[in-house]
Amino acid sequence: MAEEFAVRMVDITKTFGQVKANHKVYLELKKGEILSLLGENGSGKTTLMNMLSGIYFPDEGQIYIDGREVTIASPHDAYKLGIGMVHQHFKLVDVLTAAENIELGLPGGAVVDRKAVGRKVREICDRYGFSVDPDKKVYDMSVSEKQTLEIVKTLYRGANILILDEPTAVLTPQETEKLFAVMRNMRNDGKSIIIITHKLNEVLAISDRVTVLRKGEYIGDMDTAKADARALTDMMVGRTVTLNIQRDEPVQPQRRLEIRNLTVKDAEGVVRLDDVNLDVYAGEILGIAGISGCGQKELLEAIAGLQPTVSGSSVKYRPTGPDGPAEELVGQDPRSIAEKGVRLAFVPEDRLGMGLVASMTLVGNMMLKEYRSGKSPLVDRKHPHDMAQQIVQELEVVTPSIDTPVRKLSGGNVQKVLVGREIAMTPSVLMTAYAVRGLDINTSYTIYNLLNEQKRRGVAVIYVGEDLDVLLQLCDRIAVLCGGRLNGVLDGRTATKEEVGYHMTALQNDRKEAGA
Amino acid sequence: MTQLISLLTSAIVFGTVILYGSLGEILTEKSGNLNLGVPGIMYLGGIAGLAAAFFYEMHAAEPVGAVGLVLSFLAAILASMLGGLIYAFLTITLRANQNVTGLTLTIFGAGLANLFGGSLNALAGGVGQISVAVTSRAYRAYIPALAGLGLPGQLLFSFGFMAYLAIVIALIANWFLNRSRVGLNLRAVGEDPATADAAGINVTRYKYLATCVGAGISGLGGLYYAMDYIKGTWSTDGTIEALGWLAVALVIFATWKPARAIWSAYLFGVLYWAYNYIAGLSRASIELFKMLPYVVTIIVLVAVSMRRSREAQPPKSLGLSYFREER
Repeated sequence: MAEEFAVRMVDITKTFGQVKANHKVYLELKKGEILSLLGENGSGKTTLMNMLSGIYFPDEGQIYIDGREVTIASPHDAYKLGIGMVHQHFKLVDVLTAAENIELGLPGGAVVDRKAVGRKVREICDRYGFSVDPDKKVYDMSVSEKQTLEIVKTLYRGANILILDEPTAVLTPQETEKLFAVMRNMRNDGKSIIIITHKLNEVLAISDRVTVLRKGEYIGDMDTAKADARALTDMMVGRTVTLNIQRDEPVQPQRRLEIRNLTVKDAEGVVRLDDVNLDVYAGEILGIAGISGCGQKELLEAIAGLQPTVSGSSVKYRPTGPDGPAEELVGQDPRSIAEKGVRLAFVPEDRLGMGLVASMTLVGNMMLKEYRSGKSPLVDRKHPHDMAQQIVQELEVVTPSIDTPVRKLSGGNVQKVLVGREIAMTPSVLMTAYAVRGLDINTSYTIYNLLNEQKRRGVAVIYVGEDLDVLLQLCDRIAVLCGGRLNGVLDGRTATKEEVGYHMTALQNDRKEAGA
Repeated sequence: MTQLISLLTSAIVFGTVILYGSLGEILTEKSGNLNLGVPGIMYLGGIAGLAAAFFYEMHAAEPVGAVGLVLSFLAAILASMLGGLIYAFLTITLRANQNVTGLTLTIFGAGLANLFGGSLNALAGGVGQISVAVTSRAYRAYIPALAGLGLPGQLLFSFGFMAYLAIVIALIANWFLNRSRVGLNLRAVGEDPATADAAGINVTRYKYLATCVGAGISGLGGLYYAMDYIKGTWSTDGTIEALGWLAVALVIFATWKPARAIWSAYLFGVLYWAYNYIAGLSRASIELFKMLPYVVTIIVLVAVSMRRSREAQPPKSLGLSYFREER
């Protein structure tokens, strides 16, 4: 009897430090099917697939390929088993041609027979409907061409099991259609494909079956024919958990930021933020929800003056309410914004990259925001010193001394230092991105309390988060981004988790596409 | 006309020294290792070759040039590859900073070579100047019949074998990097080691081999200098170091292409010697002329950066150490 399953992963567990990225996860892929691996950010999809492709090694569990138990210790082992993965970040050498990239690291004669490689590449292309020019340099390629090249590369190396990690994140709708057509061709040719995604419409459009993960655990799988978007969303977001986060009624909220027609394009010309209109009020916490990469980062950075915007975009800052004078923030850099007296505090996602300098001490990091103050040509060390001392005491930062480099601090303490510094400048707008990511429960509550205190003081707080339970219990209003668009602003007190989930996955706009 | 011929021949001799230096460095840099120890490695190659020839000539009753040549050639390659191995171990295995390691190697090589060079001079006795006449003659031997063919003979056939070997190595390196499978893998290592690693290429082995073989080739520049350029003697005037830095500059000038390095090296030679053939230069303006190779390198750097040609850029991960992240 022929084996029905190309891949079976049983009871897979993987732990990074304290975090269980995968806990007893179960996955099976039938031969000749397209399986969607669905889940929110941080649900462990990519970790699971990295174990199948040899990047990570599972702590526990078994992997069966074609019914045989196997050990996959390196990407090389995975290739030998016919498993090929296309990562989100392409593994291609820019200055080499497509053919050279495909041939890289393969055994063979002393000289690379470029003609033979080209021939074989064309064969693969004709068979599945790709188009790749073997002699084109990678630096001349568009993102979608690079992705195609990656897929051809895995096929060239004899992959029968293909894993695509969020392949559509970088593609236009037309390119996505083309990719799906190629995927169907490959399936009809007997290849088995896993597509990692968090877009419901794609799950429904392309896959035969879907497996859902949530917070590192296996939730279930079902035939796509029997699934609908609502059922899948419920599996993805799960039930509501009560957290008992304190939330006061906002006191006289006043409009402080007016975001109008905000559009951001990245270096490749892809629209990251699409015509966003949003008001931010003083004295409230505005939550921003969305699948990662849906424009949260661009939104905060555009406000902070770190992101070039498309003309017509506008962010008006009104320190004294909707009728008072306004300051246009678009087109200014952070320094000129600060010099205009706009006290904008920003706790970025990348704490040690953008927020703090890892190799500098606590005092040094305080100085980064202070060094321009004062008249003397020498920097004032007294004030940053006191400030660091105060933050360590008030926020109970665990550190040997204030002269310790911040890289030696634990993640939670680093975040306390960063938030403490930003709050110490008595901001009028406080923006935080994933402020509690990776923090333990106690530190998370410390951060929530700090944000609430700022709200009471009449600061306009923006909280970009990924945990829907926290968003629903901390924020007064929740703006949901989806694919760079503002997909609704919900009331934090009345909205349900499912509601936020639907808005995140663009249920409203995509039903037509998904049904087609 | 004779003046021009003499300028060109001295340019070729000069160019050959730095051509070896930069061919080795190109190979090394293609693996992502920026080895600023080239001058030091050239010192090591020069002194090792010279010492081997000296002891052979001292102990052999009737020294044969060919034997001295083979011995000194092997000694030079071995010593400079050892220099490369030190650099490779420090930067690849211990992941030390490449710039610091390279500069240290230069200081180390210069110091060691001059220490031994001085001792050899003392050992040689007499006027206090070592000379390996027999071996040096073998290095400088050419075919008189061909060299006697008038102008073209003088220009093309009047050099020792190492001048031609340099061109052969350059052409082989060119073929190796652009055509061969191993060369392709090597370029991938220097551009993007993570990608090369994922493709199943042993990054560490490639880096080690490229660095050591590259150092071996660079060291031949020092050997050629000692045996041919200054005719089998030693001088502690620091010329090798100056030439070593020119070799590093030549890598940039040739935009990491071995074939391009050939004519660029000779051009550097012409620029360097030009002052000798221009009448009425003062002492100060001679020094200005000697600057020319460096000035054109700077101009090329500026031009390359402004054109932003993707083909003329250094290997992308040049100067960075590679280690697999958590596995």
